Amino acid sequence: MVGPVEGSGSSGPSYFSATEWLRGEGRSADVVMSSRVRLARNLAAHRFVPQADRQQRAQVLALCRRAIERVGPMMWVDVHNAPEYERQLLVERQLMSRQHARGKLAGGIGGPEEPRGLAVGLPDERLAIMVNEEDHLRVQVIRSGLALGEALAAADSVDDALERALEYAFSPRFGYLTACPTNVGTGARFSVMLHLPGLKLLSEIDKVRRAAEDMSLAVRGFFGEGSEAVGDLFQISNQTTLGKTEQVLLHEMESEIIPRVIDYERHARRVLVEKRKATSTDRVYRALGTLQNARLMSTEEAMELLSLVRLGVLTQLLPAADIKKINALFLFVQQAHLQHQSGKELTQHERRTARATLLRERLADVG
Amino acid sequence: MKCSECGEREATIHETVIINGKSIEKHLCEDCAAKAGLGGQGHLPMHELVATFVKSVAGSEGAGAALTCSVCGLTYARFKQTGLLGCASCYRTFEEKLGPLIERAHEGATHHVGKIPRGALERSRQGGPDRLETLLGSSKEREERLSALRRQLASAVAAEHYEQAASLRDEIRKLDELERGGA
Repeated sequence: MVGPVEGSGSSGPSYFSATEWLRGEGRSADVVMSSRVRLARNLAAHRFVPQADRQQRAQVLALCRRAIERVGPMMWVDVHNAPEYERQLLVERQLMSRQHARGKLAGGIGGPEEPRGLAVGLPDERLAIMVNEEDHLRVQVIRSGLALGEALAAADSVDDALERALEYAFSPRFGYLTACPTNVGTGARFSVMLHLPGLKLLSEIDKVRRAAEDMSLAVRGFFGEGSEAVGDLFQISNQTTLGKTEQVLLHEMESEIIPRVIDYERHARRVLVEKRKATSTDRVYRALGTLQNARLMSTEEAMELLSLVRLGVLTQLLPAADIKKINALFLFVQQAHLQHQSGKELTQHERRTARATLLRERLADVG
Repeated sequence: MKCSECGEREATIHETVIINGKSIEKHLCEDCAAKAGLGGQGHLPMHELVATFVKSVAGSEGAGAALTCSVCGLTYARFKQTGLLGCASCYRTFEEKLGPLIERAHEGATHHVGKIPRGALERSRQGGPDRLETLLGSSKEREERLSALRRQLASAVAAEHYEQAASLRDEIRKLDELERGGA
């Protein structure tokens, strides 16, 4: 079960509230949902996760947990012992990867029983540390809005605190050594999650892809539902981690590529409002109307419609509404959160009903 | 659309990844995506990319296939299947083969620049120049790193990316100080 780290005096996250990546605050929050920095680290004198047996993994888990407990108030989860629904809640909150929930690495290595853990910084859930995912440690810091610099600074200080208790695998040539050689060097991955409904409606997502391509950044849908990203949520992240300092990588993303994408999206929204006002207004009102009236709703449809409503509110095609409430619904329509809300496991049909009911209730006063 | 892996179930996960200007599309069902470590929290299909890289760089078999890491027992052949290494020593054991692979995956970069574990650095200062070498490499490597940074600095200045130039200058200064302090 999920429980607080002993002696930390903190409790677990509230699955009834939204989490950092949906707070909708900070710089450029109209387009940028959240910024994330992830550092990959391994211990010097221990086998990397893919080549370690269960006992070795358990040993690393214990060592890392002890180091993590010194960092600050954290909730600790023994992922291998956590029930399926709990793991799914944590995945939906972007606190750990699906891979970590399953315990399976590439090439079929590992399994759900393998010792692995997750630490979540409370109460804000900005910090999450996965232990024994692909690397011994994956330190993740999320900030609402465009705030890669702040996220890096926070991740950096957690990294220093951990290193006081642990010796990292590091080489002069390849930097921080990682299980997968594509992560060596800084071991730092910067990602920005963007809401791009304007570009999507104008079929101009390729513009973003091209801009990202110039700097060999990856563009993909946030929930893995693909190039046709569900909810028009896209994630841009760096592909290379070697040969550039963290500051240079950060600068390339935050000062060069992301501002361009933000400009594209804002321009697209202006075009929709100024040149296609009737069509755009119709679309956002239809989306709202469906959300306020439907009796059965799939996750994908809910997210697509919520995306349009968010666009409508931000462009003032729809009357003013609490944007945080709309953001939070992107999370609450997900399967595990929906079940948590209902207090029981639901069949697919029951989920569709519950999702539609939730949306009707929460959006009753919008418009 | 059917899953391109099993050809049976419906493909629900579609991912496009752009690497060095080449976009790779994948259409997979939940199960096959899980097997490939795809889907969800922005986890890239790195292993597959590595596997592709390894094949193209090292050929399908070759002399190194039997190479084994003496510390963790991982064979190069196994690495080629999974794209994952077994321990820190693997990087030394397979260095010759990994070098070109890493260079290609990181747009031609050959050496790390950026953060150095601060705790280890502190300890190296107390232990003298030998330790510095374990963190920063031989004097030749250190010189190469500095010239790479100076080149990046020159192009940042030329492109008028002053913030970037400032952070590069800081990095160069930091390394210069380490040279003086550690020697």
